Amino acid sequence: MSQPNGQQPWNLRESYTYDRNVIAEIQRAANTGIYRIRGWGAKRELPTLDDLVVLGASMSRYPLEGYREACGTDVVIGADTAENPVRLDIPITIAGMSFGSLSANAKEALGRGASAVGTSTTTGDGGMTPEERTHSSTLVYQYLPSRYGMNPDDLRKADAIEVVVGQGAKPGGGGMLMGQKINERVAEMRTLPEGIDQRSACRHPDWTGPDDLAIKITELREIVDHRVPVYIKVGAARPYYDTALSVKAGADAVVVDGMQGGTAATQNVFIEHVGIPTIAAIPEAVRALQDLGVHREVKLVAAGGIRSGADVAKAIALGADAVSLGTAALIAIGDNDPALEAEYNALGTSAGFWEDFQAGNDPAGITTQDPELASRLDPIIGGRRLANYLNVLAVETQTIARACGKSHVANLEPEDLAALTVEAAAMAKVPLAGTSWIPGQNQA
Amino acid sequence: MSESIFDLADVTVRELNQTLHANESGTFRVLNPRGAHAVAAGINSDVEVHIEGSVGYYCAGMHQRGTVRVHGNASTGLAENIMSGTVHITGSATMSAGATGHGGLLVIEGNAGSRCGISMKGVDIVVGGNVGHMSAFMGQAGNLVVLGDAGADLGDSLYEADIYVRGAVESLGSDCVEKELRPEDLETISRLLSAAGLAAEPTDFTRYGSARELYNFNVDDINAELAEGQS
Ligand SMILES: Cc1cc2nc3c(=O)[nH]c(=O)nc-3n(C[C@H](O)[C@H](O)[C@H](O)COP(=O)(O)O)c2cc1C
Repeated sequence: MSQPNGQQPWNLRESYTYDRNVIAEIQRAANTGIYRIRGWGAKRELPTLDDLVVLGASMSRYPLEGYREACGTDVVIGADTAENPVRLDIPITIAGMSFGSLSANAKEALGRGASAVGTSTTTGDGGMTPEERTHSSTLVYQYLPSRYGMNPDDLRKADAIEVVVGQGAKPGGGGMLMGQKINERVAEMRTLPEGIDQRSACRHPDWTGPDDLAIKITELREIVDHRVPVYIKVGAARPYYDTALSVKAGADAVVVDGMQGGTAATQNVFIEHVGIPTIAAIPEAVRALQDLGVHREVKLVAAGGIRSGADVAKAIALGADAVSLGTAALIAIGDNDPALEAEYNALGTSAGFWEDFQAGNDPAGITTQDPELASRLDPIIGGRRLANYLNVLAVETQTIARACGKSHVANLEPEDLAALTVEAAAMAKVPLAGTSWIPGQNQA
Repeated sequence: MSESIFDLADVTVRELNQTLHANESGTFRVLNPRGAHAVAAGINSDVEVHIEGSVGYYCAGMHQRGTVRVHGNASTGLAENIMSGTVHITGSATMSAGATGHGGLLVIEGNAGSRCGISMKGVDIVVGGNVGHMSAFMGQAGNLVVLGDAGADLGDSLYEADIYVRGAVESLGSDCVEKELRPEDLETISRLLSAAGLAAEPTDFTRYGSARELYNFNVDDINAELAEGQS
């Protein structure tokens, strides 16, 4: 049926509106009567930090020598409010991922890897396990709407507290954990019956709105005797207002998670359609911090689709102080490994495509509670892989910062960036490359 | 034993809480709370605290072990996430009293506002008066005993918590149903009433629990059914 000129034959023309994914989803929905729930993050094409480029040094500014000249990477969170501020050696942290969604070995691997390079990990919707406390030198304790496993003893053991208002994959939605993953230990930690399809609360049970949240943060600080900083995590929806209100509520750091952000289990319709991309969210959060005169004082942590040192450098240049990684960290410890291709095939998928973090049958042993599968992940090797990866990101970030003449990565600024598309220029509020045009701001 | 007095007209809540966190035992009397927030939050010892007056949000938040008695009313989130010990107030509490409590006993002699016992995870709550709407919403474990009436949508999306109401229930939430009052329920009710120091006849209560119909998603599989039909 092939055409002489290599074109698709007329009778195999794929519809743009009803492509094969759309058709398969309609068929799946018709067969099952349930919305698609999956892991990973948005898969459709979205504006990303790849739509920005770094300008580097030139005649008017000089670069620093790679490897030789110092280029700092450290970040301190909560210097003014907490007796023990969080001190990170690199501005790249590991995002909140629950024990339950991840195996105990995976949590251990994340802790080992992050600790080896002097950065933090974060608990998740389901409480703190002794394994992760032991293996994470800096552990952020999430305070979530569900309050599963929420325990003041663990709160006091934490190095920081993160009040989760939302997540980039699902701003406005609560957590999910499917029955296959609610085994005895997970059920007990969350006070739930084994095997149920857990749908966590999407709203905190004892506060509504920023005025209440300010009082909630006072309570949290009182309970830990003002020892550790408090972060607020929001899904990127209205980042200008959410950041401003987080500052008002008393946060030491605001974590803004863009719509690309990963998830362990969420409705596909949420993952792909709710929230705004990271590149659009960071500048709005920064604008709020600047308007309140607290930029670089109240720290901004950007998340959602951060993959490389280039992403880290660009996020910082846009005004973030640090980033946090979910999906990339899981890939680093072994997710979607081509060595497991036969097993991915048996699940009807392929390495590089697998997204079913919700299913509990992860061949790499990361997003599972099945003891046999979980035992496949060696937490020491996983930790080494993560440390290597984080080191690469840190050095890449420094490489870009030095090329821009910065003695600390935090000195990167929007002036170091240009946009490749009109859309990215408008969202990131940096000029379209080769022009001085920022859509919506100036006409040049 | 001697009693320490903290007059919140003169000292800050921070000083009070710091002292309560630093002591393993002792009796403390708090004067002039004037609606202050987070009073006696984060106790984790056998201290006994008497608060003379009304408190703001999150009084006795995340309470462990000791006893806190409020001689007055309390605002939002009284004894939220209580783990153990006792919190007892003579007046009424507003929203979300005992929210997410994992254990211990919360007694409210007056009324409780909306979402009393929301997401409760093992706490026992006894309310002398009425509870507001959406009480015990998503309640996972523990007991809510209400001597008065309950507002709309009681026990919505309930898991394994038990709710006992003596008076009228305006409406039940999704998946919450009336259940038989078993001998062990009568025991639970009388045990909690006596712990709370409140009198009522256990047999006058009605029990409500989860129909457990929301526990798992309903998934059809027409293709599998057809394939089976052919084989
Ligand atoms: C397996 C998995 C579990 C997650 N669990 C949580 C959680 O418990 N709480 C939370 O706030 N975010 C959770 N997230 C979201 C991450 O914290 C983070 O916001 C997101 O992964 C960042 O985007 P990225 O994956 O593109 O790096 C989870 C993400 C993944 C991939």
